[in-house]
Amino acid sequence: MNTLKSPFFWIILVALGGFSLLPIVSGSTALREDMFLILMLMILASSINIIMGYTGYVSFGHIVFFGLGGYIGFFLMQEFQVHFMLAALVGGIGASLIAFLIGMPVLRLRGAYFALATIGINEAFRAFFTNFDLLGGSVGMFFNFAVYDAYGGAKNAGQLAYYAMVVLVLVTVATSFLIKKSKFGLGLMAIREDQDAAMVLGVNPARFKVITYTISAFFPAVAGAIFFFKNGLIEPGPAFELHRSIEALVMVMLGGYGTVTGPIVGAIVYERLRGFLITDPTLSNAHLVIAGFMLLLIVLFMTAGVIGWVRQRVPALRRYLE
Amino acid sequence: MSATNSVILTIENVSKRFGGLLALDRVSLSVHQGEIFGIIGPNGAGKTTLFNVINGVYPPTEGRVHFRGEDVTGLQPYDLAKRGVARTFQVVRPLGELTVRENVMAGACFGRENLPLEKAERIADEVIDFVGLSARAEMLASKLNVAQKKRLEMARALAARPVMILLDEVLAGLNPNEVADMLNVVRKIRDQGITILMIEHLMHAIMNLSDRVFVLDYGAQIAEGTPQEVSNHPKVIEAYLGDPKVAQRFLEGTA
Repeated sequence: MNTLKSPFFWIILVALGGFSLLPIVSGSTALREDMFLILMLMILASSINIIMGYTGYVSFGHIVFFGLGGYIGFFLMQEFQVHFMLAALVGGIGASLIAFLIGMPVLRLRGAYFALATIGINEAFRAFFTNFDLLGGSVGMFFNFAVYDAYGGAKNAGQLAYYAMVVLVLVTVATSFLIKKSKFGLGLMAIREDQDAAMVLGVNPARFKVITYTISAFFPAVAGAIFFFKNGLIEPGPAFELHRSIEALVMVMLGGYGTVTGPIVGAIVYERLRGFLITDPTLSNAHLVIAGFMLLLIVLFMTAGVIGWVRQRVPALRRYLE
Repeated sequence: MSATNSVILTIENVSKRFGGLLALDRVSLSVHQGEIFGIIGPNGAGKTTLFNVINGVYPPTEGRVHFRGEDVTGLQPYDLAKRGVARTFQVVRPLGELTVRENVMAGACFGRENLPLEKAERIADEVIDFVGLSARAEMLASKLNVAQKKRLEMARALAARPVMILLDEVLAGLNPNEVADMLNVVRKIRDQGITILMIEHLMHAIMNLSDRVFVLDYGAQIAEGTPQEVSNHPKVIEAYLGDPKVAQRFLEGTA
């Protein structure tokens, strides 16, 4: 694998790893809470980027996998005292399996029809979990305190969840990089640019897209299981929150559609901006308005996003900056 | 080309209907290995539809397509690509946000030889050099001009190391110098032993280049034979060329 010899691959991972360990070094719990969210959003944005940025399929309702992974993991931890790492992994695999099954029919749709279908899928699952009493229905499920005892109490569990999120973000970004620089990734980008031409070149789009959708469902699902493990409570609303999906799309667009580092940069910038807006008393209710407005500005004036813009401006960097 | 006489592609009674329009009407033909097989006909005669049926973009409404002895009727374009059929598009379809090299690598990666990325890159560089785009290998494909995009189409198809290549109006929109360059490229492709089917409107080019010519009109075959035979064929003169003097001028290469 040539990618593993690429210095930029390691630079990204080391930088991201160092960045993620800041709250551990400083010992600040508040910073850790902020960073937990940022890392989670990086995972969500990077996953959406794999299906949207590389393949050209805008998955609006991608948050559905976050919710599914969350529910599967939560249920296993609560009912069967499964260790949270195993539960998260099973959540990821379960969501991937569902993505595989959904993907086969839905990925035949192109453009806006696919985007709408993904929203429909998310809403359908939300409605299902709201009405499915075995998994708590509309009030959801919450942990007994006993669940955290296995991990040395809620405080330690929070710490553990953070480490798990750090590992997950590194795996997600590494996967994204490897896909982008692989033959498989070249096939995806060919599909993105012109699916019919790609078919004539020898790419089987149905197979490529389903595999990609399955991979891109895995990471948000594991993140969901980790998030709700730390949260101790899962409800259909926060699990299948469509606007979080849309915010992740804004992050991808902001940082740079189709680049590896774009979603990372986008998540940091967007989340910092949102933190600033939310704490400002006059602007606190307007953060979604501003997100929408930002998306509009990016789409109109800076289609390539921050990283894409740099790549266009400094072509010499194109070989390195992915 | 010792195997010139073996048949590589057979089309038997192929029809293609789009709603009420019969785009191909019981077309039959066979193409020999290593030859340049020209397809001509007025606009809307069904030439591109014929290409689309051959490489699997559309399944035929009836009839069979055999490639290298295998029935490939109804297979998908990617199946045919793996079996060694490559094509260029009449309206160029570069993968715009990828570089020229990446475009050609895609051809090498997913074509007949299904190469890994590193090998594909080497082949891509060879083929880019062959069509004369080396200086632009790092450029985004969308930034090329029309003549360069046509070369890119050609390079992408060749990178797959095809057995047979379908060239859909590769000369259209080129100036006389560019046409001459492109014709050289086509001859060199033939010299590599690749069978070529080409659709072309530029008569002197196709008449000089082709070993055999096939004439379509309103979806039906009206003539087939050497350029000489086709030009003298009364039906061709009547239905397509209109004026016998024009036919004479084709042969002389002045049209």
